Amino acid sequence: MSDKIPVTVLTGYLGAGKTTLLNRILSEQHGKRYAVIVNEFGEIGIDNELVVGADEEVFEMNNGCICCTVRGDLIRIIEGLMKRKGKFDAIIVETTGLADPAPVAQTFFVDEEVQDNARLDAVVTVADAKWLTDRLKDAPEAKNQIAFADVILLNKTDLVTPAEVEEVEARIRGINPYARVIRTVKSQVPLSEVLDRGAFDLERILELEPAFLETGDGHDHHGHDHGHDHHEHGPDCGCGHDHHDHDHDHGHLHAHGGGGLKHYHDEHMQSVALTVSGDVDPEKFIPWVQDLAQSDGQNFLRWKGILSFKDEPRRYVFQGVHMILDGDLQREWKPGEKRDSKLVFIGKDLDKAKLQAGFEATAA
Amino acid sequence: MSSPGSTDTSLADYMRPVLAGSHVTATAFLDTTAVFALGDGTVILANGETTSRLNAHDGASILVAVADGKHLVTGGDDGRVMRINSTGKIEEIGKAPSGAWIDAVAVGPDGAVAWSAGKKAHVRDGKGALFTLDLPSSGRGLCFAPKGFQLYIARYNGVTLWFPRTQGTPKEVAWKGSHLDVTASADGRFVVSTMQENEMHGWRLADNGNMRMSGYPSKVRSMSWSHDGKWLASSGADAAIVWPFMTRDGPMGKPPLELGIRPSRVERVAFHPKAPVLAVGYKDGCIWFIRMDDESILQARSAGEGGPVTALAWSGDGSMLSFGSEEGSAGVLPLPKV
Repeated sequence: MSDKIPVTVLTGYLGAGKTTLLNRILSEQHGKRYAVIVNEFGEIGIDNELVVGADEEVFEMNNGCICCTVRGDLIRIIEGLMKRKGKFDAIIVETTGLADPAPVAQTFFVDEEVQDNARLDAVVTVADAKWLTDRLKDAPEAKNQIAFADVILLNKTDLVTPAEVEEVEARIRGINPYARVIRTVKSQVPLSEVLDRGAFDLERILELEPAFLETGDGHDHHGHDHGHDHHEHGPDCGCGHDHHDHDHDHGHLHAHGGGGLKHYHDEHMQSVALTVSGDVDPEKFIPWVQDLAQSDGQNFLRWKGILSFKDEPRRYVFQGVHMILDGDLQREWKPGEKRDSKLVFIGKDLDKAKLQAGFEATAA
Repeated sequence: MSSPGSTDTSLADYMRPVLAGSHVTATAFLDTTAVFALGDGTVILANGETTSRLNAHDGASILVAVADGKHLVTGGDDGRVMRINSTGKIEEIGKAPSGAWIDAVAVGPDGAVAWSAGKKAHVRDGKGALFTLDLPSSGRGLCFAPKGFQLYIARYNGVTLWFPRTQGTPKEVAWKGSHLDVTASADGRFVVSTMQENEMHGWRLADNGNMRMSGYPSKVRSMSWSHDGKWLASSGADAAIVWPFMTRDGPMGKPPLELGIRPSRVERVAFHPKAPVLAVGYKDGCIWFIRMDDESILQARSAGEGGPVTALAWSGDGSMLSFGSEEGSAGVLPLPKV
């Protein structure tokens, strides 16, 4: 995987600071050469010969998978970039503020040539500290972008009070507890925190014991009656539509471990972390995840795992976007490293008990 | 089927290597001069022992190139369309707006040239008149119809059939999915595209009949018609997949031939211009010649340096083959007189 070109996908709602970050990446002296795929020309203030305009052409694949959409323009552009192999070190894909990240991510798992040449390194979402809370209420795209992120720049923190920053970060955590959240002003962040993250962010997810996932008050959040109508979800990816007509301010506000962090649980977007102590049996695990992708993949925005396979010295690492899965054996387990198998899901209508039971049934 | 034996390997000894040093996007012959369009923006002209290199797209990359025997037309990620002749004369004949790439090029009757950049297709006829068409999605593949002044444009959900000199909405043939490359049979009856979904799709224009040509393990990115128009060869499998087009219905209900089965994927196919012989270039760099009538095989290049074969072309008289690879190997093979 090392000779595959890392691809950073840059998302964020309109005005959050994506272009500022992009200009910083291109102007900073870091010795790396980036090919940049942008959605709007002219916003890039830096002269770079490898800037190309994208058309955001989302194509459905006729492969029997109803969620499977790809970005046709990205396939075409990456095919073209490969003729310059060796002339650049990494690719950055900027999306529009309204773009759904799923087709972008799926492109890197579905197209064979793209997969042979490039790997999705991280989805970086730039969020506006002042406006994100509002956008999470009225813009489903903004929520998807937060749910999809590996790294979230919580930007423009100078424009809000410290209490408001805590508030918006808690909102983010309620949707996506696994992303690395970095608070920034004018998108100023050490670039090593957002670029070429490799497996690092995945590692972090699985080493994290997210206390905020614990149901500290001891009851099942999914069983709550939140006092408003739930939406019917149509037979599509369940992403990017119609969840924006009510206030979600019904979070479970409980102090935790003395930190005083608020805990919000978004009733549309949840996360689930699962662990099996020790090995799983690949003969059981692989069919299970494949079936799960077919039956529930529409509801999974992202899912990831590091697995300890029976009699396998290497760690099996996989990630999925909706019904599309991609996994391989990576580094060896270190001596003394605890061989646990872990999975995380971010999505809608997640049935934790069912997922846990299914996962445990694959134990070796 | 014979296997390449010791008597065959001598063919490779005739190969004249060309130091391309960069991804070979396309190769072609302009009369007796072999040309190579490269990922570093240069074009190499090779005639006998003499080679020269032209800086056709300064600092950019040649993404697509095609030739008509007299001129090579190249399209780059600098948005420029260049025309080059065998003496090395270069002229710019088209330019896309800043930041756009040239996605496809085609050459047509009387020196006409077509190119696409994003959602626009352009045709420049032999007299220099320019025609532009807005497309519903990016034009991925172009070819001129064998008769008349008509351009076929492969795109998402079908192929647009455009008469540039006539007003009005162009016709289309539709099929759900993303169409990549397009070709037309010499008699004008069939249009065939390659698709994102590891298959080819054909239309019989007389009645818009659809033909699905599927079963490929990979995307098909190379197609070639036999000199008599009876066969269409394709890449994308561990053999060249060759579809029969000699009857009225084309390949409907008929299985294709599988020629040159090897443990490596076929990347390029090129039919000899005068004889029923197919040149096949593989992912491991190997090149075979396969004779259609008895499926006998000659090895023109052994697997090895340079990575996958990305370009294959015959000279107009069929006396020479040129090839290029992903990592910059290239060469010209003059066939010994038999």
